Amino acid sequence: MAYKWEIRLSGTGGQGVIKASVILAEAALIDGHNAVQSQVYGPESRGSATRAEVKISDSKILMPKVVVPNILLCMSVQAFNKYAYNISDGGLMILDGDIGIGEEPPRVQVHRRPIIAIARENMGDELYANTVALGLINKIASLVSDDSMFESLERNFSARLLAANIRAYRLGLEAASHL
Amino acid sequence: MANVRLVQGNVACAMGALAAGSTFYAGYPITPSTEIAEHMAVALPKIGGIFLQMEDEIASMGAIIGASCTGAKAFTATSGPGFSLMQELIGYAAMTEIPCVIVDVQRPGPSTALPTLSSQGDVQQARWGCHGFHSIIAIAPSSIMEIYYQMINAFNLAEKYRTPVIFLMDEEIGHLRERFELPDNYKPEIINRKKPESDLEVYLPYINDQSNGVPPMANFGDGYRYHISGLTHNEKGFYSSVPSVVDTEIRRMVGKIEDNVDDIAQFEEIGAADCDILVIAYGSVARSAQEAVETMRADGLSVGLLRPIVLWPFPTDYFTKACIGKKAVVVAEMNLGQYAREIRRVVHTDIPLKSLTRVDGEFVYPDDIIDAVKEVL
Repeated sequence: MAYKWEIRLSGTGGQGVIKASVILAEAALIDGHNAVQSQVYGPESRGSATRAEVKISDSKILMPKVVVPNILLCMSVQAFNKYAYNISDGGLMILDGDIGIGEEPPRVQVHRRPIIAIARENMGDELYANTVALGLINKIASLVSDDSMFESLERNFSARLLAANIRAYRLGLEAASHL
Repeated sequence: MANVRLVQGNVACAMGALAAGSTFYAGYPITPSTEIAEHMAVALPKIGGIFLQMEDEIASMGAIIGASCTGAKAFTATSGPGFSLMQELIGYAAMTEIPCVIVDVQRPGPSTALPTLSSQGDVQQARWGCHGFHSIIAIAPSSIMEIYYQMINAFNLAEKYRTPVIFLMDEEIGHLRERFELPDNYKPEIINRKKPESDLEVYLPYINDQSNGVPPMANFGDGYRYHISGLTHNEKGFYSSVPSVVDTEIRRMVGKIEDNVDDIAQFEEIGAADCDILVIAYGSVARSAQEAVETMRADGLSVGLLRPIVLWPFPTDYFTKACIGKKAVVVAEMNLGQYAREIRRVVHTDIPLKSLTRVDGEFVYPDDIIDAVKEVL
């Protein structure tokens, strides 16, 4: 059973891909869709391969996990090597920097942006890369309305971090429109 | 959509406990259950409740039993290694008939195994983990809303039957986040333990004259003086080794649950009555099973789903009847066939039973279940 959006966000523990997936799934709920969010990670809190998954649909979502995503984000070489060849034909692949150059799988739409560098250079901290990635993905795929995303950011970040994350999200939106 | 929230299974569990009126949590954090402790640590002090982080799981059980004796609705949460440690005191709670709820968010085992992955390996431990003659109630929810509602049910059953109740989640459902939305003005039905009405001097805490086998329970501080012991006891609660007394008390304790299986059992059925192949699954795996069954039914196959929500007490008659006339039964679970073994016991020997098992920490996917059904079709 295929759901409308089956999204896999992959990277390294500590990059915030789980947090990004939570924000995206909650935004989808606010938008009036159904959504489930799950993750796979190791016993370590940082440094291991991490993947987070979101399914978005207007029907009831039963099996919660993503088997073959139609959107895949890779934020580390390790994650690319593990997940890059498991994506549906015509799927969207979003890659950070020069990850997997020349090794992109066929029949996918590859969008490559310096996500981590954008966070580092504009926000002064790579930790914002997950929110930059959210803006980028949402601009490319139009998953949820920006209003719902802002509401979700507000629900998922403390007041202290909200403004910076909204800025990071907007950087992601802008990054989608130019190379 | 202001009321709609994305809520994690473990958080829904804690929210359900609070909705049930829980005011006491004692536990030792362990993956994949830790978010329950985290949520209770924040929530309980705000309502005047008590959160205790204990030195281990044995002490955690002791603390919730003691708290329950004072009238508090008390619970703990753990995973496999901690659940093993809790068994002796779960038996103590069963023997002394003290209501409490034990959440086990299952991960693969034995021992520490795969802390961050999912399993349903504690199904038989939930039933038989503590030694001796006892019955138990165990509930296995499949969605975030069901976790919330069934956690309220877990406390209600604990109070109604004066028994420990095992809330058997798995990592997949504990860490899953999905839609959480309560109806407007939702107010849960809350059941509280029956209190004694007798004079202070004549209270019998383990009296055997109730129609459903559950004696009234006085809380510490109510004024009743009585004795609580893990030794076999008479109606007053004092040690007895008189065979007729022991036999009567043990059979009442077991019977109060087993004889009320119709009140306790809950199921969901999808086309189960008139199908050729019946799929049985529970917890997170039931979601894959439902997706598989719906896919196969759309393809014209005669397949149905039976999802037990309460795993124990085991409703023997129900399962026997549900399987009559089937061409085959498929039981899918993340263990080596713990519930399949129970189903096999009660299904007519002429009916083939396929036990679909998984123990590597990976999920049971719809395709796995479709393949298993096609094997027996």
